[in-house]
Amino acid sequence: MREQLETLQQEAIGLVEQATTQKELNDVRIKYLGKKGPITEVLRGMGKLSAEERPVVGEIANSVRGAIQERLEARLEQVKEEEMAAKLASETIDVTLPGRIKRVGRPHLLQQVTDEMEDIFVGLGYTIAEGPEVEQDLFNFEMLNLPKDHPARDMQDSFYITDEILMRTHTSPVQARTMLAAKGAPIRVICPGKVYRRDEDDATHSHQFMQVEGLVVGEEISMADLKGTLEAFVKRMFGEAREIRLRPSFFPFTEPSVEVDVSCFKCGGKGCNICKQTGWIEILGGGMVHPHVLEMAGYDSTVMSGFAFGMGIERIAMLKHGVDDIRHFYTNDVRFSEQF
Amino acid sequence: MLVSKKWLNEFVDVSKLSGEELADLITKNGIEVEGVDVRDVELKNIVVGHVLSKEKHPEADKLNVTTVDIGEEEPVQIVCGAPNVDAGQHVIVARVGARLPGIKIKRAKLRGVVSEGMICSLEELGFEKKYIREDEQDGIHTFREPVTPGQDVLELLGLHDEVLELGLTPNRSDCLSMYGVAHEVAAILQTKPSFSPVSVNEEGEKTNVSVSLESEECPFYAAREITGVTIGESPAWLKNRLIANGIRPINNVVDVTNFVLLETGQPLHSFDAAKLGEKIVVRQAAEGERFVTLDEVERTLDPSMLVITDGVRPVALAGVMGGANTEVDQATTSIILESAYFAPASVRKTSRVLGLRSDSSARFEKGVDPNRVLLALDRAAGMIAELAGGRVLAGVAQAGSLNTEDRLIEASVSYINHRLGMELPGELMRELLERLGLGVELSGDALTVSIPSRRGDLTIPADLSEEVARLYGYDALESRLPAEASRGYLPKRNIQRRLVRRTLQGAGLSQAITYSLTSEERAMQFNEQQDLHAVKLAMPISEARSTLRTSIIPGLLEVAQHNIARQHADLAFYELGSVYLQRDASFEELPLEQEHIAGVMTGLQEQHRSQGVLIKTDFFVAKGIVETLARATGSSLTFEAAVRRSMHPGRTANVLKDGKVIGFVGQVHPVLSKEQYGLKEVYVFELEASAFSSDATVLYEGINRFPSTSRDLAIVLGRDVPASDVEQEIRQAAGPLLKHVELFDVYTGENVAADKKSFAFSLRYQDAERTLVDEEVTAAHTAVTDALVARFDAELRG
Repeated sequence: MREQLETLQQEAIGLVEQATTQKELNDVRIKYLGKKGPITEVLRGMGKLSAEERPVVGEIANSVRGAIQERLEARLEQVKEEEMAAKLASETIDVTLPGRIKRVGRPHLLQQVTDEMEDIFVGLGYTIAEGPEVEQDLFNFEMLNLPKDHPARDMQDSFYITDEILMRTHTSPVQARTMLAAKGAPIRVICPGKVYRRDEDDATHSHQFMQVEGLVVGEEISMADLKGTLEAFVKRMFGEAREIRLRPSFFPFTEPSVEVDVSCFKCGGKGCNICKQTGWIEILGGGMVHPHVLEMAGYDSTVMSGFAFGMGIERIAMLKHGVDDIRHFYTNDVRFSEQF
Repeated sequence: MLVSKKWLNEFVDVSKLSGEELADLITKNGIEVEGVDVRDVELKNIVVGHVLSKEKHPEADKLNVTTVDIGEEEPVQIVCGAPNVDAGQHVIVARVGARLPGIKIKRAKLRGVVSEGMICSLEELGFEKKYIREDEQDGIHTFREPVTPGQDVLELLGLHDEVLELGLTPNRSDCLSMYGVAHEVAAILQTKPSFSPVSVNEEGEKTNVSVSLESEECPFYAAREITGVTIGESPAWLKNRLIANGIRPINNVVDVTNFVLLETGQPLHSFDAAKLGEKIVVRQAAEGERFVTLDEVERTLDPSMLVITDGVRPVALAGVMGGANTEVDQATTSIILESAYFAPASVRKTSRVLGLRSDSSARFEKGVDPNRVLLALDRAAGMIAELAGGRVLAGVAQAGSLNTEDRLIEASVSYINHRLGMELPGELMRELLERLGLGVELSGDALTVSIPSRRGDLTIPADLSEEVARLYGYDALESRLPAEASRGYLPKRNIQRRLVRRTLQGAGLSQAITYSLTSEERAMQFNEQQDLHAVKLAMPISEARSTLRTSIIPGLLEVAQHNIARQHADLAFYELGSVYLQRDASFEELPLEQEHIAGVMTGLQEQHRSQGVLIKTDFFVAKGIVETLARATGSSLTFEAAVRRSMHPGRTANVLKDGKVIGFVGQVHPVLSKEQYGLKEVYVFELEASAFSSDATVLYEGINRFPSTSRDLAIVLGRDVPASDVEQEIRQAAGPLLKHVELFDVYTGENVAADKKSFAFSLRYQDAERTLVDEEVTAAHTAVTDALVARFDAELRG
C-alpha cells in the first residue's frame, strides 16, 4: 500500500513537471486528486485495514496528497506567469515609432514680450491702461505739449484720417486720457498697444508697431524713482547683471527728458556688433512729466509730479532674441514663429 | 548741425581735446554727437607744387610730362593726365610716399616715363563734387591765392580739422550756430566763450531803403545797403569754413551770408539792390500769387504765406528762400542785406506746404535769437565790404521791434531737488547754471534765474531742473523705487484675454498679429453691416495699406497665403485684436474699436501618418474650436445656418449668444479664397471678444451622488431638419430629469428614404436628490419620443 501510494506520488509529480498549460495541470489534478482518483480510492479502501494500519496509511495518503497538491499549485503559478509572459511578448510594439503629438499653438513673440513686461510691472504695483488706436489730435499731440505748429511734430510723420483724427503715433495719448480720468489722483500704469507712423516698411521700420508706455503720478515722484524703476525693469527683463545709463534727451511731454541705455546683454559691456562696440544699447526714452502736461490734465504741478517712459516692443524683442528684420513680426511666417 | 573743431576753437579752447573726446563730453552732457569726421585721416605728404614746364608725353596723347617745384632742391618730374594742367600753375602735389584716400603714391613709370608723384584734383583729396568749382570738376585744382611750393596743402585747404555732427533735438535750436555750440561747450569745459566784437564802418550817404511791415508774422525787419561791391570768388579760408560745415561756396556775398548764418544762427538774405529798388514791404501773399524762387521753381502762394515785396511783386518767401527776380549775380554792384525775425509757425507752415526746406527755414521755424538780428546784419555787412570791396551806407532801414530782454524764471532749490530726487546745495545749482551763461540769484531757497534770449527753450522751472541734472550728470543721480505702496493688478480684461489665448493655443492655433491697415476692398470684404463707413487715411503710403480693417479675416488669409506659398499647407492661426467700425458719416467721432477673436484653418488638422491618422480641417473642426472656446470661457453659444458675404453659402453658421449674432464660422467662399488668396479650402471664424468674458462668480452646485440612467433613441426624420432643432425639442420635452443629450449617429443612405435621415441620440437622466425609478425615466423618455414624432413627423426606429 505504501509503495503504491509513493508510486502514485512520483507519477503525479512527474506529470505536473511536464505540464505546460493550465489545462494539463487541471487534468493532472482531476486524475490524481479528484473524487475518482487513486488516492481517494486508497482512502476509501481504508476500512478493510486493521486498526493499527489505518492511521499509518491515512497519514501516508494525506502526505502524498499534500505533496502532489503543493507541486501542482507551484507549477500552476509558474505556468500562469509563463502564459502571461508569452501574451505580453506577443503584444510588444516599437516604442520608438512617433507619438501622436498634439498641435500646440504658440503665442506671438510680441505677445510673449508684452506679457512679460505686464507681469514685471504688475509686480511693481502697476496696472494696465488702454486707449483707442484711432485718436484725436488733441490727445495724441496737444495734451502732450505738442501744439499744432510745434517743431517736434516733425519727429514723427503721422497717418491722418481727418484734420483732427489720426492713427496714434505713440501710446502716450493713453497717458493724457488716464490722467484726465484720474481727476487728480495718483497713477501707476503701463499702456501697451499698437501705434502707427507714416514710414515705408523695411528691415528697421514698420508703419505699425507696438509700444509700452509707463506713467507714474504722485506727490513725491522724482527722477531718482524713474531711474530705480527702470533699473528694476531692465534687470528682470534682461538679467540681474544689467546696468542702465541715462543720457539727456528731449521729448515735448517730459522735462527733464532722458534716453536710457542698457549694458549690452551679449558682450556684457566689452563691445560687440550688437552694441556697435559701445557696450550700451539704447532701449527706451522717458523723463519727468512736463508740468504743462500735468496742468492740462487737471493736476496741480506744484504739488503733484510724475515720470513717464516708453519703449518699442519690437525693439526689445529684436534685441533680446537677435531678430534682424522687423517685418518678421507681421508676416507671421511659421518658420519664424515656431522658433519662439 | 556740422561743427568744425577748428572754427569752434576760435571761441572756446578745445585744442587739447581730440574730436572723439570732445564728442563724448558733448554727448554726455545732453547733445548727441552722431559722428566725428577726421578730415585728414587718409591724407599725408601733400604739398603745393609750382609747374615749371609741360611737355606732351612721347607715347601717350592724353598725358603730359611736367616738371614741378615742390619746394625741394631739385624739381620733380610728374606725368599728369589732367586736361587743365599748365606751366606756371600752383597745384596740389602728392609726393612719393603720400597717402590719398585708398591710394599710396609710389615712384612709377608711366608708358616709359618716370613720374615722381601725382598732381591732384580736389576730388582725389576726398571733396564731394558739389564743393568743387565748375571749371575744376574734371581736372586738377589750381591755387589762385599766393602760395609757396612745398607748403602743406592740407593746411591751406583747412583739412587739419575734425567735424562733429550734432544730432540736435528740436528744443536745442540754439546750437544751430557756432555761437550756440560755443556756449554749450564752454559750459561743459567750465570756461567762458569769447566772441570778437562786431563793428561796421559806415561810409558815405544814408541809405534810402525803407521798410514797412503789413503782417504780424514779421515783428521786426532790418536791412543795410552796400554799394560798389564786386562779385567774385571768396577767399580760401571762407570757402574752407563753409565746406567743412556742409555748405557749397557760391560767391563772396552769398558766402558771407551763409558764413554769418552758421556763426550766429541768424539767416540773412542778400538782394541785388538794382533789381529790388528802395522799397521793402512785408505782407501776406495773395491767393494764387505766383513766384519763382532761387531754385528756379515757380511756386503758387496762398494768404498763409509771408512774402517780402518791393511794394508790388514778391522778391522773397520770408525766411524760406529768396526770389530769382532779385538774385545777386556777377553783374551786381549794390546789395540790400536783410536780417529779420519771422514768426516760427508761419515759416514752418510755408516750408511744409511748399515742401521747401532751407538752412534758413530750419532756423526761423524754431525761433532765432532776437539779440542777434542786428548783430548778424552788421557782421555780414562789414564782411561783405571787406571781401567784396564795397561801402556800407549809413543807417539801418528797419521796422518793428523785438523783446531782447532776459527772461526771469523764479524757481527754488527745493523744487529742483524734489524733481530730481536729490539734495543738491543751492550753491552747486548756481554754479552749474552760471556755467551756461545764465544769471543766477540765490537767496535762501529762492533761485531766480535770468535767461538770455538765445536760450528760447528755457521757460519754466522744470527746464532748469534739466540743465542742473545734465551738467551734474545723470550717472550721479540716485536710484530708488517710488516710496508709496501701490495696488498693482492685472485687469480682468487682460486675464480674460490670456484665457482666450491659452484656449486657442491649446486647441492648436498659433497667434498671429497682422496690420490694421489694408486695402479698401479687403477692409470691408467680410462685413455685412450696411451702416459702416470705411475709415480711410487721408494720405496713405499705398492703396494696400489705406483703410482700417472691419474684419481680421483678410489679414489672416494673407498669412495663410504667405505660408502656403512656402510649402506649409497645414495651418491654424488666430488673432486677437481690434477692428474699426465707423458709423458716423461725418467722421467727426472716433470709430468704435471692437475687439475680435478670429481664426483661419486649412489643410490637415491632425496627422499621424505612421499610424494612418489624417484628420482634414473641415467646418466641424472650425466650429469645434469655437465651441471649445465657449466651454473654456463659460459662454453658451448657438449656431444657425447663414448666408454671408464672401462665405460658402452652405457651410457657414452665424454664432449667437443670448439670441444675438456675435460672429460667424465657416468656409470662405471657394471662388474668392482661390482667386484672391490662392487658397483652396479654408475655414475661418470671427467673434466679438466681449462674448467670451464673464464677470459672474461661479457658485458651487454640489456633486450628484445618485446614479444616472441612459436611454438611447433612434429616429428617422426629414433630411433638412437641423440637428439643433431636434436637440432643443428633446430638452424641452424631457423636462428637468434630462441631464445630457448626445447625438451619436447620423445616417443617410440605403436604409432610409432619399429625403430622410436617421439620428441616434443618447439621453442621460438623473435627479439630484434620489435614485430614479424606471417608471419616471420611461415617462420622460416617452414624452420625448412623442414630441419628436409630433413635431418632426419622425418615425421611431428599433
